[in-house]
Amino acid sequence: MREFLLGNEACVRAAIAAGCKFYAGYPITPSTEIAEAMARELPKAGGTFIQMEDEIASISACIGASWAGLKAMSATSGPGFSLMQEGIGYAVMTETPLVIVNCMRGGPSTGQPTKPAQGDVMQAKYGSHGDYEIIALSPASVQEMFDLTIEAFNLSEQYRTPVILLADGEIAHMREPVNVREEIKLIQRKLAKPGIVKEVWKAEEDGIVPFPVFGRGHRVYISGTTSDIYGYPSTVKPEVHEAVVRRICDKIRKNASRIWKYEVYNADAKKILFAYGLPARAALAVAKKHGNLGVFRPITLWPFPERPLGEVVKGKEVYVLEMNYGKMVAEVERAAYKAGAKNVEFLPKLGGEIHSVEEVEKFVGVR
Amino acid sequence: MEIEEFFRMDRWPNSYCPGCGNGIVMNCMHRAMRDMVNLDRLVMVGGIGCSARIDGYVFSDAIHTTHGRAIAFATGIKLGNPELDVIVIGGDGDIGAIGGNHLINAARRNMDLLVICVNNWIYGMTGGQISPASPHECMSTTTPLGNPEYSFEFVKLVAECGANYAARWSITHPFQLVNCLKTAFQKKGFRFVEVLSICPTGFGRNNKINEPAELYKFLKEKTYIMKDENRIAVNLDGKFPLGEFANIDRESYIESLKKIRG
Repeated sequence: MREFLLGNEACVRAAIAAGCKFYAGYPITPSTEIAEAMARELPKAGGTFIQMEDEIASISACIGASWAGLKAMSATSGPGFSLMQEGIGYAVMTETPLVIVNCMRGGPSTGQPTKPAQGDVMQAKYGSHGDYEIIALSPASVQEMFDLTIEAFNLSEQYRTPVILLADGEIAHMREPVNVREEIKLIQRKLAKPGIVKEVWKAEEDGIVPFPVFGRGHRVYISGTTSDIYGYPSTVKPEVHEAVVRRICDKIRKNASRIWKYEVYNADAKKILFAYGLPARAALAVAKKHGNLGVFRPITLWPFPERPLGEVVKGKEVYVLEMNYGKMVAEVERAAYKAGAKNVEFLPKLGGEIHSVEEVEKFVGVR
Repeated sequence: MEIEEFFRMDRWPNSYCPGCGNGIVMNCMHRAMRDMVNLDRLVMVGGIGCSARIDGYVFSDAIHTTHGRAIAFATGIKLGNPELDVIVIGGDGDIGAIGGNHLINAARRNMDLLVICVNNWIYGMTGGQISPASPHECMSTTTPLGNPEYSFEFVKLVAECGANYAARWSITHPFQLVNCLKTAFQKKGFRFVEVLSICPTGFGRNNKINEPAELYKFLKEKTYIMKDENRIAVNLDGKFPLGEFANIDRESYIESLKKIRG
């Protein structure tokens, strides 16, 4: 069914279609419509909405609901995302499926609440403490806000990890036609076998640990503290901590090629524009207009699609567009130079405006 | 239910220091709940700290969360499956300092949770620093000249916020504590039980009260069984009244949610 939806509304429609049954959040521009639509729609779908006292409480409640067996989600923006970082680390460590939407606005600090930006891409990967890997997705349209919300739930259930949807505030607030799909392929978390679970953290052959839902007689002890496979804290043995950290990182790293989503336009061009989210639309418009330009658009930001990017940019010039003062460009430089790219140029966009076609044309030297 | 069934005996001996009040708290919990708890339906939630680790000794599902956030995690668990009995346990620092905002908002919501706050007037696990509950002028590793602050009385605050149940006893009143936990376990809405306890290692050592027995005496001297309600949330007289500060049956959050949804 085709509908004309706000980005944030599309996100809510998709979350409910994906089986989301719990939302805890705290209002913050430009993510607020997600909370408001959830408050309206979730009870109709048999789920529970609660407006918590802050973002720390919100993510904590979502983790709790996930352990009670529900698909849970929260949405926020820069300052709220900062407050959630401790909880994100906890969810990573305890392998809790969870979706967090960050509608990015201009920062640092309170910055530009109503303006779009792409300033939180590194925070999504590195914001919490310690060693971990995360999955983060970046929509470039309202349709993708819908599709990637479903993808985020599927990935989080499959890999037992928090997944972050990084939309800039413009995607969140723009209205576009959306194909609201009825038929959706859903992935559900692998559940623990009935009875008392002794080896809480023993992974199966695919590297994933079956999930023991609270209240079903598994009698498990879950902790963010480094624990042995029986779930008992073990904080001073190097081999225990190393095994835990390697496993939670490797389940993402080793499956990166399965997780990666990206789009390549005109891969044979000598000049490749790298952009994600909204700026990718300007990049594509310029490439289509001039013909001798290519575009690499990562849809999965984390894990970073290093290999596919390398294959496209080898021996070429790379032009990076971001709505920030230099975040992902460092990752592109690293990957592109390693793959033998000629040079990497960067066009930042600050202040809440978006890259214009003319600016991009000038940047790549076609104007 | 025997004590060996109630606790995770494969984790024994526990991690507590000699003389710690947590043993009495755990014993009273068992005595209060052994005849009515279904361990398959119970979820114990702890934050960070010594008493927040009691959650891991009860042989039910349990989750050891981040510092101060146990009540928020528990809110999600209870809303995720309202059939569960959810008990939060933690110390005065965890529940009342870093977790203070979650405490007052959960009490205001009348969220269906039982919160047991073991108040030993000190940050125990992290090495004997003051908490908002520490008595005025007490010594700690972060108040080497004596505590210039006055102690927060969470139990009064929670009662004022609209919780269905708020009571305080001490580990020197085990029979009253058992009865209080029995009552609290069976009620709906937000239930808060504060247990005044002792920490010989953190509080005793810094305050030259070295023996657990002396700390029991100190606890007895600092407390009295309440006759008239004293409703000031900041302890100005240095004495801690014990008893029930609230025992009402206001509509709980889960009940309210059901009613609104129809």
